[in-house]
Amino acid sequence: MPAPLQGISPNESGQNQTFRSVTCPFCGLHCDDLVIRNDAGRLTIAANGCPRAAAGFERVVAADASPQIAGRDATLADAIARAAELIGKAKLPLYGGLGTDVEGMRAMMALADRSGGVVDHVLSNAQYRNVGVLQTRGWIMSTLTETRNRADLIVVVGSDLSIHHPRFYERIASPAEAMFGEAEAKRTIVLLGKGTPAGDVKGDRIGEVLDLGCAPSDIPGVLAAVRAALHGAPSTGPVGGIAADTIAHLAERCRNAHYSVFVWAPQALTFDGADLAVHMIADIVRDLNKTTRSAGLSLGGNDGIASAASVCSWQSGYPLRVSFASGAPEFDPYRFEVRRMLAEGEGDLLVWVASFGPDPSPPPETKLPTIVLGAPGIRLARAPEVFIPLGTPGLDHGGRLVRCDNVVSLPLRKLRSTGLATLPDVAGAITAAL
Amino acid sequence: MLTKLKGGRVYDPANGVDGVIRDIYVRDGRIVTADATAKVDAEIDVTGRIVMAGAIDPHTHIGGGKMTIARTMLPEDHRGHERHRSDILRSGTGFAVPSTLAAGYRYAEMGYTACFEPAMLPANARQAHMEMGDTPMVDKGAFAMLGSDDFLLRQMAARDDFEAIKDYIAWTMHAAQAIAVKVVNPGGISAFKFNQRMLDLDESHVHYGVTPRQILRTLSKGLKELGVTHPLHVHGCNLGVPGNLGTTLKTIEAMDGLPVHLTHIQFHSYGTEGDNKFSSGAAQVAELFNKHKNVSMDVGQILFGQTCTASGDSMRQYGNTKSANPKKWVCMDIECDAGCGVVPMKYRDKSFVNALQWAIGLEIFLLADDPWRVFLTTDHPNGAPFTTYPHLIRLLMDKGFRRDMLQKIHPDAQKASIVGTLDREYTLYEIAIMTRAGPARSLGLKDRGHLGPGANADITVYKDNADREAMFTTPEYVFKNGEIIVRDGRITKVVQGATHVARPDYDPAIEKRLRDYFARYHTVSFDNFKVGDDEIIQHDKGSIIVQPTGARV
Repeated sequence: MPAPLQGISPNESGQNQTFRSVTCPFCGLHCDDLVIRNDAGRLTIAANGCPRAAAGFERVVAADASPQIAGRDATLADAIARAAELIGKAKLPLYGGLGTDVEGMRAMMALADRSGGVVDHVLSNAQYRNVGVLQTRGWIMSTLTETRNRADLIVVVGSDLSIHHPRFYERIASPAEAMFGEAEAKRTIVLLGKGTPAGDVKGDRIGEVLDLGCAPSDIPGVLAAVRAALHGAPSTGPVGGIAADTIAHLAERCRNAHYSVFVWAPQALTFDGADLAVHMIADIVRDLNKTTRSAGLSLGGNDGIASAASVCSWQSGYPLRVSFASGAPEFDPYRFEVRRMLAEGEGDLLVWVASFGPDPSPPPETKLPTIVLGAPGIRLARAPEVFIPLGTPGLDHGGRLVRCDNVVSLPLRKLRSTGLATLPDVAGAITAAL
Repeated sequence: MLTKLKGGRVYDPANGVDGVIRDIYVRDGRIVTADATAKVDAEIDVTGRIVMAGAIDPHTHIGGGKMTIARTMLPEDHRGHERHRSDILRSGTGFAVPSTLAAGYRYAEMGYTACFEPAMLPANARQAHMEMGDTPMVDKGAFAMLGSDDFLLRQMAARDDFEAIKDYIAWTMHAAQAIAVKVVNPGGISAFKFNQRMLDLDESHVHYGVTPRQILRTLSKGLKELGVTHPLHVHGCNLGVPGNLGTTLKTIEAMDGLPVHLTHIQFHSYGTEGDNKFSSGAAQVAELFNKHKNVSMDVGQILFGQTCTASGDSMRQYGNTKSANPKKWVCMDIECDAGCGVVPMKYRDKSFVNALQWAIGLEIFLLADDPWRVFLTTDHPNGAPFTTYPHLIRLLMDKGFRRDMLQKIHPDAQKASIVGTLDREYTLYEIAIMTRAGPARSLGLKDRGHLGPGANADITVYKDNADREAMFTTPEYVFKNGEIIVRDGRITKVVQGATHVARPDYDPAIEKRLRDYFARYHTVSFDNFKVGDDEIIQHDKGSIIVQPTGARV
């Protein structure tokens, strides 16, 4: 039978427990090999961490944080009742942030549906660099395990993965073992655009690192030049400061690779025309597949956006930026962007969810009455009408998260006992009270 | 509480009841024997009505990553197809790829009480169950996909002990919470990752050296010896390729008596005759099918209009991308486990190929002689959305209607098909077999799909109507677990439905090897790969029914 897992859930004392195979909720890779120690309620990473994981797991949480109504401590029941009252009165509540897991998002969808609100995620600008491509042309994509075992050429486009997805190179680009290719085969890594510093690309399986630096705004043009080269267009000179020969050489390497993978973190592509860069990646991949194999790999998924977008899609048909105001889901990626709606004075109540910690996604400043359902210590410009401190999924309570490749989802466990409320419970109680 | 459904005309093929007027008694969610002395608490007069068990769809893509890719990719599928929320219902959207809640509601409104997702990638099983968990009203279950996963292919290439292969199949069913196993383009999804573009029955996988024939026989024999009721569910080689008829006939013979279910057989019954090099192979497939009692099939009928194909068959879906309408599509290589391809499709009655596909499906229905081995499907949404089932039933039951429809299709397709010469009309009894009793028996659902004592009281009551399309579109009553959930086509109560699984025995020694394999190659740990019961019960607010398996041989 399976080897017993230590610490399926925290014991009563919370003393000196070790949890293995822990899923990390703090970036879209959702590494699940972490070893976490609980020493009297303090979590530390005993193995397989990264800076993002350390910041998330080892942060001291104010377990005794109190719900507040208009800045004054209140009971959870009163805070829920006040939130329900505000939502019940609102004509167009805006549900933003949505930093939560699958279970939390399910509860928020039920609430938004019932209250005729709008749902959008704090990182949806990043997500929408991809969604537009998917909804107009589609693409060919890979997943983390497939890339880990199969890629012989990895092209990282404009993304500093050591910030956004710190263990990508260790776990995906340079695994100790891979199923295919020669046992000791080295991978070629191409860094296109100023993304990951070349010095950060390390690992026994990584061979050549081609650092093709260019200004971020030149990335769409350089990708277009690579695609033109694949089509045999004669080179006329450098593009974005990268020599024509270098571009032709890259195209040739892609053509000769057995399985090239183009990797980007949509969150990192903040330049104008970033969506065109994603279009161009999809086109290059499609072209390469006429003769060899190639795929894209988008490393989004931070702050639970892969979960929020997936749940929203399967329940409403649309990947966020959905309004339930008419009584049925309505989708408009421009109209129902909560950030724009706030800036232009639309909506009459903001409900902000941020359960992964105080830092990643504080609520934007707004004159609208605001309900914040968030991690204790979340940065607030002013006291909201209602604040309910939430536990973090995967630390304070169980749940599930969809990974950045939108294929795999991982279970989350409770690692400590804080008594903080969970979003499914809070949102469920609000919905029931409407 | 004892409820009596009084005076209905009952079609219950599992118990040999063919249109007999009789009362049905329900107590505590189950059908009980008639007892003239028992006090009836509630009586529902269904005199003149037609009473069947709740319908069961044994092959419908309702949950999992590829459906959510399709939903995300196709906002134009949803606009104009909204469902508004009500006091008891959530809102939703979608025509070909409905949102989960909308799909559950619509199935119930059509008298369906159980739906089975046939292509659950083990790597995506958690999400498939989450989506099914958000599909209310109906029971559900899913088939785990094997056959292009590297663990099995490594086992076969290494000529591993067959008992270990069986252990792996059984472990996968446990880990993925599956009721059956499906193979899709055997070995072909993996071969495509190695840039093979085709893999016929006896072609070797370029890396592993195994053939689809070996994979089919290994999995079918493995499931049989594990005592799993549903035979290996096979999406064969060369889906959609003109001339794949030969592969299909060889596949039936290759099984050599081993149990097998050939799914969406319509897509695998194409010849290459005629000016267009595209012809019907329905007669040959049906003839061989009629002789081979080890074979069951579902049709995967196409119906005209906009839909979206979504399949684990990345190799063949990539091949079909040139037909994408609208022109966008997704293919994926997935987790050393499987793949997927999502290609929107618009079947047109004025297209020769589409029209003949339509006719081929109908020919198969009308030429196959044993409805116990043929199930009514459109391979939702690949051939058409499941909402077209009532139309399909009318095509099968009403030859005049069928001939009228035939007149509308491409004239060359009319000439190339024998549909116009086939007079067969399915009876209500046969429809009840194909949509209830047959799937229940094939899937091993002991207490579903029939109306005998002890059966779960999932019951559908229709107003008799010569227009069978109208009749099957809007049942008068639908009961789930003995409670009315639909009245005159409107949902009156929301229920969650259970998840059906099968759990054949395995030697836990396989887990040690899998633990090592996951640690060496995967990005998910062995422990987290498995979908826990508590996830379905607590997170999805569902329940699990473990259907019995036979003794392991």
